[in-house]
Amino acid sequence: MSGPATPGLDDLAPIDPSRRAGAARTLLRSPSVVIGAVVLAIIALIGLAAPLLNTIDPAEISPANRNKGPGYEATIRQDDGSKKEFVYRMGSDSLGRDIYSRVVYGARVSLLIGVTVAAVSVAIGLVIGLLAGYFRLLDGVIMRVMDGVMAIPAILLALSLVSLLSAGLKTVIIAIAITEIPRVVRLVRSVVLSVREEPYVEAAISVGTPTLLLLVRHVVPNTVAPLIVQTTYIAAHAILIEAVLSFLGVGMPAETPTWGNIIAEGRALFRMFPHNILFPGLFLALTVLAVNMLGDGLRDALDPRMRKRV
Amino acid sequence: MLNYILKRLLATIPVVLVVAVFVFSMLRLSSADPAAIIAGDNANAQQIAEIRGKLGLDQPIVTQFAVWTGRALSGNFGESFFFKKQVSELIVDRLEPTLSLALCTIVISVLIAVPLGVLAAYRSGTWLDRIVMGFSTLGFSVPVFVIGYVLMLVFAIELSWVPVQGYQRLGEGFWGWLQRILLPSAALSVIYCALIARITRSSVQEVLGEDYIRTARAKGLRNRVVLLRHALSNAAVPIVTVIGLGIALLIGGVVVTESVFSIPGLGRLTVDAVLARDYPTVQALVLLFSLVSVLINLLVDLSYTLFDPRIRY
Amino acid sequence: MNPPDAPRPALEVCGLRIALPAGSDRPFAAQDVSFTVDRREIVCLVGESGSGKSAIAHSVMGLLPAALAATGGRILLDGEDVLAASEARLRELRCTRMSMIFQEPMTALNPVFTCGDQIDEVLRTHTRLPAPARRERVLDIIRKVQLPEPERMYGSYPHQLSGGQRQRIMIAMALVLEPVLLIADEPTTALDVTTQAQILELIRELQRAHATGVLFITHDFGVVAEIADRVAVLRLGELVEFGPTRELLTAPRHEYTRMLIASVPSLTPKPRPQAAASEVMLRTEGLGKTYPRGRVAAARDVALTIHRGETLGIVGESGSGKSTVARCIAQLVRPSEGRILLEGRDVAQLSTRQMRPFRRHVQIVFQDPYRSLNPRRTVGDSIVEGPMNYRVSRADAWDRARRLMTLVRLDPAVLDRFPHEFSGGQRQRICIARALAMEPELLIADEAVSALDVSVQAQVLALLEEIRTRLNLAILFITHDLRVAAQVCDRIAVMSRGEVVETGRTADIFAAPRHPYTRALFAAAPGRDWTFGGSAAVYAPAAAPVAAGGPRDVFPDTGRSG
Repeated sequence: MSGPATPGLDDLAPIDPSRRAGAARTLLRSPSVVIGAVVLAIIALIGLAAPLLNTIDPAEISPANRNKGPGYEATIRQDDGSKKEFVYRMGSDSLGRDIYSRVVYGARVSLLIGVTVAAVSVAIGLVIGLLAGYFRLLDGVIMRVMDGVMAIPAILLALSLVSLLSAGLKTVIIAIAITEIPRVVRLVRSVVLSVREEPYVEAAISVGTPTLLLLVRHVVPNTVAPLIVQTTYIAAHAILIEAVLSFLGVGMPAETPTWGNIIAEGRALFRMFPHNILFPGLFLALTVLAVNMLGDGLRDALDPRMRKRV
Repeated sequence: MLNYILKRLLATIPVVLVVAVFVFSMLRLSSADPAAIIAGDNANAQQIAEIRGKLGLDQPIVTQFAVWTGRALSGNFGESFFFKKQVSELIVDRLEPTLSLALCTIVISVLIAVPLGVLAAYRSGTWLDRIVMGFSTLGFSVPVFVIGYVLMLVFAIELSWVPVQGYQRLGEGFWGWLQRILLPSAALSVIYCALIARITRSSVQEVLGEDYIRTARAKGLRNRVVLLRHALSNAAVPIVTVIGLGIALLIGGVVVTESVFSIPGLGRLTVDAVLARDYPTVQALVLLFSLVSVLINLLVDLSYTLFDPRIRY
Repeated sequence: MNPPDAPRPALEVCGLRIALPAGSDRPFAAQDVSFTVDRREIVCLVGESGSGKSAIAHSVMGLLPAALAATGGRILLDGEDVLAASEARLRELRCTRMSMIFQEPMTALNPVFTCGDQIDEVLRTHTRLPAPARRERVLDIIRKVQLPEPERMYGSYPHQLSGGQRQRIMIAMALVLEPVLLIADEPTTALDVTTQAQILELIRELQRAHATGVLFITHDFGVVAEIADRVAVLRLGELVEFGPTRELLTAPRHEYTRMLIASVPSLTPKPRPQAAASEVMLRTEGLGKTYPRGRVAAARDVALTIHRGETLGIVGESGSGKSTVARCIAQLVRPSEGRILLEGRDVAQLSTRQMRPFRRHVQIVFQDPYRSLNPRRTVGDSIVEGPMNYRVSRADAWDRARRLMTLVRLDPAVLDRFPHEFSGGQRQRICIARALAMEPELLIADEAVSALDVSVQAQVLALLEEIRTRLNLAILFITHDLRVAAQVCDRIAVMSRGEVVETGRTADIFAAPRHPYTRALFAAAPGRDWTFGGSAAVYAPAAAPVAAGGPRDVFPDTGRSG
């Protein structure tokens, strides 16, 4: 630091390269991000490659092979009429369907619902949250409605919405997304409210930046990190709620292979054949755990201030 | 303080209104015609129209809402399509198991999670902290029905310590009640514990960074006193808040847990009513559960006055 | 220094070293620092941010954050080495032999316990007095720190007290067991100047009455001149000079000390050419603002006139409404009443759309250099944003940005860097460049140098002065700092509780303040008997403009609730 006579460049801080490359490196250093991402990638791969993983039609009913334990072998007819020896790795259910195939295909539904619900609710919630946070007039109305929706326990809300609409993938996605949107709105709104107090936003206002640009340039970027984190938590939550709905018998149609459906189907004979519930349960828990770990790691890396998850 | 209480009370009115509108419109949104459902399969158009008139379905929608709200306020939700009984009677019948389950779960969770959370915050960054937080993440991830079945498999089927399923009323003996309520409560408390432990940890951790904690240390207080007196008293508000917010989570969990353990409570009733498209019952239950959640959060807000003098004055 | 028969010093620091964690910009927070604090004296540890003064204070108390560690030297508290003491022994010493008070009285007290209870806790922890005796003792110390109605104070919660009152509670807590050493870490920095004067006086009084040694951490040479017996000057963790106050101020030996003293603005206004009657740039008439939730007006009936090429200062304490006025004029908040005449046209109640052409005429620079620039955008993007909003082509806007960077003495090549790569002073220059890019007629500096170290502050002030003359700008300069106001303002308006109580030429007001509030403000200015701004300070007891009574007579620091 030099005297007042020579103001200048000498105290210019050196460029700090760690900050620029920082985000990516911090992410890779976080074990929970790496483990979560790897496990998720494997499960996604399993879901995508389901037909190649020595599976049979997950909806194929086979009365002869009902309620068999893991490792049961039988000769089955294939679509082209030929017969082959098939091992029921995880046993079969009370309709004789191969649990292994159903579990593997079930990954598709769970991940699809997780991703879609997260994308839909974040997109809608972002817009509503920006409106609520930036326009005082809308704020009151929007937040009262959101408070009202949030007051209804998520599973009950999804349950009653699904019972109103016809069962199916779209219904389930809409029902779960509706329960998640208020959380996104709240998050975005709180970020907007705190950012709009920042002097750099006021500075942008005073240099005449139009409102829309102001939101896009100065406000929205601040919501990205918390929203990425929130997206993962929403995905985890959506996968769980879908499983619950299917488990209770109101989610996806019963023949669709989803982990919740498999468990629902296995409930009646749980005492004798616990594998009906344990295998899909394990996959379900592992998937949600991976998403949650990814979320926790992202949160710590991207947004150390956001410690609370409610 | 009166001002604060009044403000909180007023703030719940729009929330309750939104809930009521949603619950009311459920029946309107449904593809099913309630009159047709009540009339049964063999009814002709005239019979259906008669029932419609009796139910007031030919009135303007606002009138219907007013009538419905008025009845709901007096506890009259009409007759169940499916159980052919007054919905209010159904609810009273099923109340005890649900209350038992919820209260046991809250007690178990708070007793376990708050101390663990405080400990994790105090030993922040150590293996203890990591284990507590790891279990918390795990608790968020394993669905309650999977936990329920695993617990059932181990403690009821393999070890035969407790009955597998069912419920026994408290009036028929404490021991039998406890035996049957313990496993479901344990299953349900996992996610609730995860939530409370996590918030307790982050709140206490945040408070530990405050200036007044440094002041307390500068006074020469023992770490234990700093933690339990100065830190915990300030972290109380967020912890109590999350216990309240967790009620919604708990209610969702009750629905599932009662199905897993065949407990004849309100959660089970909800599922049965949804499956049977018994809308009056579903409406009443959603409304009831939502109001309970709103009410508890209101009580939590009011309890702030006990913890924080800044609100008291 | 200490003949064998002299009493032991309250504190003796020898060769203290405090290591910074690996990866910091330097290896030590403090390096080979030695000084003593005798009983009955106040030693000021003075330095700019990053000098390590706070780390030294905390290491004495054994309260260093986990990442820092004293790695060498000794700290003798009344002869006992606290660096070698066990954690249990340290706890015994705290508040009994050594105590500490902190900068932020607002956050240093636990909000959920009463003040009396928090003082009582010290007695409960360190003595075996029965409850009634403790209560007597607490009430006694509350009286000694000159708080009104001790019984009421005992049962009050911190949020019910003003900042000054809370700091008194902190002092009571620190001194209730009569320690030999009191460490005061910038205890008046967060307080208004009139409150600061009272707290300084209180510390001085109690220190004399109880023969306490005081280690007083500050960045403010005015405060140093006011209370220090001896001064230690720190620079980047090294002690560069240590000596009796008068000697050190009047004949500083080290170059750094000389630079610091030279950077402190003098309270004597700089002679300024009487501005020729230039045209009126902006005028406010009856300007008032009441926030929806506020019960009283934040600003009331404010009439100001700013001419082209002149700097008008608004001086006032926190809550005086000076920032509200600035924000109204900058059109960041809409005034509730009154007119803002910009070159003769009332812009106070224009709609956002109508305002747009006028917005660029008034630009503002904020206090906090760390939050004034969007951290995600390069400084160049921040500077060109305004001109491009007004249809200046991208090339022209960047061209303008490069010229302005040269004007604010920064290298135009750094336009593509991000704000975090710059120091606070540099960011403030960038903010000035951003404001100038709009080619404004009026520049508002809202406490724009308050967050900066004195040496950097002096540079930014010089820059503003240069820009004003070169561009013939009008500047509205909002500050709480009389020294800064004396140096940069042609005229000043003194605000208190939302109203302008006095306006006039700077030299006139400093020579003969008329309003009692202005007089109280001047009387409270720390170090007013010293003239800074040269290579050494000059002791010149002012013919005090206040004939009788201190600031307390005008605005007693009592009863106001925070």
